[in-house]
Amino acid sequence: MGTINILGKQLAVDADGNLANRSDWNEDVARELAKQEGIPNLTSQHWTIINYMRKVSEKEGSAPSIRRLTKESGVDTKTLYQLFPKGPAKRAAKIAGLPKPVGCI
Amino acid sequence: MTDETAFQPIQKVSIVISKGSLDGVYPGLIMANGARMEGMEASLFFTFFGLEAVLNKRMDNLKVATVGNPGMHMPTLIGALPGMSAFATMMMKKEMEKIDIPPVREFLTMIHDSGGELYACRATVDMYHLKREDFISELDGIISVGQFYEKAAGAQIIFT
Repeated sequence: MGTINILGKQLAVDADGNLANRSDWNEDVARELAKQEGIPNLTSQHWTIINYMRKVSEKEGSAPSIRRLTKESGVDTKTLYQLFPKGPAKRAAKIAGLPKPVGCI
Repeated sequence: MTDETAFQPIQKVSIVISKGSLDGVYPGLIMANGARMEGMEASLFFTFFGLEAVLNKRMDNLKVATVGNPGMHMPTLIGALPGMSAFATMMMKKEMEKIDIPPVREFLTMIHDSGGELYACRATVDMYHLKREDFISELDGIISVGQFYEKAAGAQIIFT
């Protein structure tokens, strides 16, 4: 298992490069992760998605599908793809400090 | 092929959907949506009976084929009984909803909104005397096979 340097700290990551420990995550870490993903500024809509994903993941053990994400977070599909270009579910999960989503949808 | 090209990630897929049964349509939709989720470009080309999936009057009533489908594990004569296909369809839809696979219409809107493109095959449209207004508004166009290949430049073509 590798590590990444975030704000001067070495944090453990899994094989996909996502944070291995939930407890390593905080909002400053998220901003840094977002920068590494090419998203320089996290807007309130980004946070809506990130917080919703963390909430579902905490309760159910895995990140929600894109369908559920758009239905329940109030952010529609088009906007979601604009917020997290090139793979919204997997990039949002990375920034949220969660494992890569396993679902197909 | 060098190692370098062998490990190039897939950037773009063009998926042909040629069957009009529920089980014939879904794999292509799931693959197209999955491609967009992974950040790849994706387009869908509906041809022959696959057109059923983008026709306003048909798309909400696609059925699972219970005859001539060994995967159903159902003897042909049983599969042919009235209501059998409707029953199998209902069961499949129920199970799909559980794992968050949307109905065809919603799925197509989702793919379209995610930036995936939807095309109908010109030859089939002419064969069935169909018009643009027979199709869902999300359809990006009615195109010939030549245009399909043009749009598929650089893509992996997947036939379903």
